[in-house]
Amino acid sequence: MADRKTFQVEMISAHPGPAPGRGMQRDLEVCKLVDTTTCIGCKACEVACVEWNDMPFSPTTFDNTYQTMPETRWNFWNLIKFNEHQKEDGTIQWLMRKDQCMHCADPGCLAACPADGAIVKYANGIVDFNQENCIGCEFCVSGCPFNIPRFNPSTKRVYKCTLCSDRVGQGLEPACIKSCPTGCLKFGTKEDMKFIAEERAKQLREKFGMEKAGVYDPQSVGGTHVIYVLHDATDPERYGGLPKNPQIPWSYTVWKWLFKPVLGTFALFGLLGVALHYVTAGPRRPQPEPRRKENSDGQRG
Amino acid sequence: MASAVERFDDKARAAFESLGETPVYQGELYRHPVYTRFLHWMVALAFFLALISGFGIYLPWLFRWFTPIFGGGQLLRALHPWFGLAFVIFFGFQAMNWLKLMVWAPADTGWMRNLRNVVTNKEKMEPPDTGFFNAGQKVQFWEIVIGCVVYLITGIILWLGARTFGRTAVAISYVLHDISALIMLGGIFIHIYLSTVGEPGTFQAMTRGAVSEAWAWTFHPAWYKKVTGRDPQQACEEARRKM
Repeated sequence: MADRKTFQVEMISAHPGPAPGRGMQRDLEVCKLVDTTTCIGCKACEVACVEWNDMPFSPTTFDNTYQTMPETRWNFWNLIKFNEHQKEDGTIQWLMRKDQCMHCADPGCLAACPADGAIVKYANGIVDFNQENCIGCEFCVSGCPFNIPRFNPSTKRVYKCTLCSDRVGQGLEPACIKSCPTGCLKFGTKEDMKFIAEERAKQLREKFGMEKAGVYDPQSVGGTHVIYVLHDATDPERYGGLPKNPQIPWSYTVWKWLFKPVLGTFALFGLLGVALHYVTAGPRRPQPEPRRKENSDGQRG
Repeated sequence: MASAVERFDDKARAAFESLGETPVYQGELYRHPVYTRFLHWMVALAFFLALISGFGIYLPWLFRWFTPIFGGGQLLRALHPWFGLAFVIFFGFQAMNWLKLMVWAPADTGWMRNLRNVVTNKEKMEPPDTGFFNAGQKVQFWEIVIGCVVYLITGIILWLGARTFGRTAVAISYVLHDISALIMLGGIFIHIYLSTVGEPGTFQAMTRGAVSEAWAWTFHPAWYKKVTGRDPQQACEEARRKM
């Protein structure tokens, strides 16, 4: 979690009304570019991430692949996923993809979160969890199309990649970028990264015979602030957990932000209904209803 | 199976009878035993705890208003499932307790057709075939039974989360849990209204356990006839003449 002072907040989870101070200053959107075609699977970024974030070491599971562990964990936010893909001509393609939070422009985690201020999106595009506000309900896990938020059962809070918001806030690049030996990881403004990615994809298509090479920046979540250059952009699924068309469940969009308040108000009409019934139809009393009487002091009942 | 449930209910009612008393005064009828009343108020307590804690996570606009009541968002999230579980368990016992009384009868269909007259208060007395519970009460009862099943299934899915049940199951449960809550929220207003100011004389049925005979022949004539052997219409007319 970054120091709030360094970033402008653009969106706050479960926050009534817009984020205070939104749009006060100009801010450039940042972006991480992952070129899967030049990744050598050295895992330097994994180490850098664990080191920089001071994450406790935990034993890993060996599943007969080069992968450090099957999935990211609450204390392991950056994982190179190794996938073997058999091409049509029978040859094997060994794919390595750096898996981490995608920092969506429309974050599903943020939409799903019921706790005010537990998830924020900064104007520069970074989506960050504020664990002090997290209530540990894990709705974000359900809202995320990339299977990223991780629950820590001992702290009852959810954690994920911060895009090194603490470093970026101080003008440094994220730890993973700094550690990359091949230059397959780049960091800069979204505009620049998008340009470099498209140029690289064009190069792959024209000079390397990868006709389907392209950039992964899914528009179904408004674009992401981590973008990939893929050998085959038509089939991102083969890279392991990269959905072709990532979707936020409508439970956390239409239902949560439209139907819930409307139907909730509608249910309160029940209160209005019974009040109106009392006024118009009146209460139903046991029969026969007694006649009004006077007591010894002449008071009317 | 049914007889085992009945045996359990009989035992429970007998056991709870020594824990409280149900004074039935002159001109009153015995309606709800201590066991029923105990379950009713435990269900009510758990319901409102679950409802109010649920408000905190229901809408972003309510989060800051309702979480402090339960000691903050984290504690609210930890407690809400237990409140809900208590509600389902206590209502489960109540459902067993009331199962026989809540069976739908042909008279209830007629009662529902006559609903307009009841709501507009055109008929001062209920139809003569209205028994211990009327059709409206039975509808609400079965709604809560179905609601509790939905609560339990979706609640456990939401409790343990997407780690255990997957994204889709949680996203669907989230909506179904809300719908069940919204129906019960609408229902609770009617329930409280009719048991207090809407039909005066009803509330004591769940506090003292006894109701006036006039209440009984007005709202549950068939039940009145069954317990006293007298005709409700005649009894009412007699009372009118004496006034």
